[in-house]
Amino acid sequence: MTTVTDPETESFRFSMLFNDTRYRSLTFQFIALILLIVAMAYLGNNLLSNLAQAGLNISYDFLGAPAGYDINQRPIDYNSQSTHGRAAMVGLLNTLIVSGLACVTATVLGVFAGVMRLSPNWLVRKIMSVYVEIFRNVPVLIWILIIFFIMTAAMPAPRDFRGDDPSASMLFDMFAFTNRGVYIPKPIWGEGSMIVVGTFFASIIGVFLYRRYARTQLYQHGRLLPTLWPSLAIFFVPTILIYYLAGQPVTLQYPELSGFNFRGGITILGSLIALWFALAIYTGAFIAENVRAGILAIDKGQTEAAAALGLRPGRIMNLVVLPQALRVIIPPLISQYLNITKNSSLAIAVGYMDLTGTLGGITLLQTGRAIESILLLMLFYLTISLLISLFMNIYNNSMKLKER
Amino acid sequence: MSDTHAQSVAFVRETEIPPAPPPEAQSGAVRWMQQNLFSSVFNSILTVISFTFIAWLVINVYPWFANGIWQADSIRECRELLDGKTGACFAVLTERWNQLLFGFSYPVEGYWRPTTAFVLLLVSIAPVLARGRLPNAMFILTAIYPFLAYWLIWGGTIMTPVVALVGFVVGYMAYSRLVTRSFAMGAFGGTAAAIVTWYLGGFLVDAMPNFLALAEVPSRSMGGFMLNLILGTVCVSLSIPLGILLALGRQSNMPIVKGICVVFIEFIRGVPLITLLFVANVVLAYFLPPGTTFDLILRVIIMITMFSAAYIAEVVRGGLAALPRGQYEAADSLGLDYPQAMRLIILPQALKISIPGIVNVAVGLFKDTVLVSVISMFDTVGMIRGPIQQSTNWLGIYWELFGFAALLFFIVCYSISQYSQWLERQLQTDHR
Repeated sequence: MTTVTDPETESFRFSMLFNDTRYRSLTFQFIALILLIVAMAYLGNNLLSNLAQAGLNISYDFLGAPAGYDINQRPIDYNSQSTHGRAAMVGLLNTLIVSGLACVTATVLGVFAGVMRLSPNWLVRKIMSVYVEIFRNVPVLIWILIIFFIMTAAMPAPRDFRGDDPSASMLFDMFAFTNRGVYIPKPIWGEGSMIVVGTFFASIIGVFLYRRYARTQLYQHGRLLPTLWPSLAIFFVPTILIYYLAGQPVTLQYPELSGFNFRGGITILGSLIALWFALAIYTGAFIAENVRAGILAIDKGQTEAAAALGLRPGRIMNLVVLPQALRVIIPPLISQYLNITKNSSLAIAVGYMDLTGTLGGITLLQTGRAIESILLLMLFYLTISLLISLFMNIYNNSMKLKER
Repeated sequence: MSDTHAQSVAFVRETEIPPAPPPEAQSGAVRWMQQNLFSSVFNSILTVISFTFIAWLVINVYPWFANGIWQADSIRECRELLDGKTGACFAVLTERWNQLLFGFSYPVEGYWRPTTAFVLLLVSIAPVLARGRLPNAMFILTAIYPFLAYWLIWGGTIMTPVVALVGFVVGYMAYSRLVTRSFAMGAFGGTAAAIVTWYLGGFLVDAMPNFLALAEVPSRSMGGFMLNLILGTVCVSLSIPLGILLALGRQSNMPIVKGICVVFIEFIRGVPLITLLFVANVVLAYFLPPGTTFDLILRVIIMITMFSAAYIAEVVRGGLAALPRGQYEAADSLGLDYPQAMRLIILPQALKISIPGIVNVAVGLFKDTVLVSVISMFDTVGMIRGPIQQSTNWLGIYWELFGFAALLFFIVCYSISQYSQWLERQLQTDHR
């Protein structure tokens, strides 16, 4: 004997907005939206009245005006007459350069340290733990400053290389470590050097093709071809052969002491090295932990099963453990790359002219366009971050366990 | 049976033979070294390389430590005392330790105040860190600690923190009375009651500015490691509740709320902290009503809190996502509404899962507080690069200062991470 109340006869009451689950979420969202709009309007109103009071306006015209300052590392043409916009582009490229270098170095270092932490050798294990703990637990800014100090104050000045009995000397007559930066030889691309470069790339493709051929031979005919030695041969032999046949078109220009400084060669700024190494060593410690966790995450049964199938230890690592561990390692690895890119903004502490140093530093101070500059700065970083996350999502989807 | 046996066997041993020691080659240091250092040719090579490395490090660093000068007035005097030998000039630490720890303008006679606040901090987070091992009465200290610390560090009359505390208490009482009817009602009622109390209390503070007053210290006098600790503790403790709210918002099925939270979190996580500090330094003032100015330290706290809240939100979201679907459904089937389900069932479990992540964020955030030196605040690194290295007495001194700063940070961060590992083992309730 139940009575069924007809919902349509139920009249709408105000309290239903809060107590009825059908309407409540709409009410809350409406309130949230109103609050957001009010907050935005309040902040926007304040901004407008503050700007009016200071006689300012929001405009990006300054990007077209001449910058009037020099940048010490220029991947693209730039001089003090170039625009602020171009200065920002130089800064962006410098950010990408140092982040790229640091990502590669940190990965190498991190994988090495992570694998070494699992080594059966007690001493090696302990050294690697000390490395990881020391570098993880001290702010990266302090590491940047320490390495910057080594690169500037502890290195000899160029004039120390002068004289009959110099107090400093060049390494192999090729590398000069000075407090103004590191000088390394610069390749000069002579006539016919394109053939050498072309051969080089062709041989890389050749290595890939050979490896694929070896794999199809293995899968289809069961023949195991050697891969290491032929790969090395394909990689080196043609390029070296062509290099000498074409009459050594690529030469190295060594840095030379002239006056009080070095001329020629490529200069790597001390600030770039400080930032690069500090980011690499610091992030390497984090990557080492990720790698270790990734390898430990693979069930021992996998190794034992592979051994039971008769695989040798090297193949167990390559064919069974690593492919599974990579699935665990890669996502945190990419977020470490993201961290490197963001931490590279600390360049401003050592005077490396990255995006923060140009757009958020000198341009901001010279033009006084704080809001515009910082907004643009954030947008640049946001774009880089979103691109990296996008890549990460694509990778994660492709690596996801395919379950039926 | 035993009787027959007793006659046939001449001797029966009644005590156990003491175990014989293992063979000489199978125990002790030799065996250990064989197993851990020289188990194969490759391992032996690694051992030799590592040992050489350690020896090289010790040979190079030890004289520097051993010859260290602890008493001198300037780097020149240090060099004279060293007389050409390698050696550290720790005199800079003995002379400037107070600046490194407290900044250069905190009143010297007031050093006991931040020190007490720091000691009390350790005492008051102890019951949180080791739950169930310490008397619950200690939580009272934890509850009043923020107000006490504010009074100790910034000074002024004690009425300011007392009124703030009373406001929270009144708000909580109103909340707990009204929450039985609905969570929204409780939240609104509690907030309203607290605001009324603070407003009324404001008159009380104005009326007696000298009641139990300590000498007031302005925010710009905060500096050194104290500033890092203040920023770290304040921002972490503020950002945890904010981060939980953001995570819940991101998980909710209300599209507008979810949208706001997603945009906020992804924006903050996509930009470096330094740009947010620039915002605090130069841009934030544009968004405030004309004529208002407030502390740089407060602006920085706001921005850093927002920053870490976004990261904590992602960690908590991971915890929420890791809970099995059945927990949510069980809460629903018990007839709990959303706030009850979250408070009683979902969050306790989700937060437990996310503790290691939250601790990681906290450690990272504490390390990131040195970034404020870039916007010319004088924290540890700011003090080193500013007043100390620029002074004529200590121009050109690096290792000792940065080594000291690194040591301070290492001690704090390493202990936190060790604690987190201990906690993880404690919280492992699934006995696998």
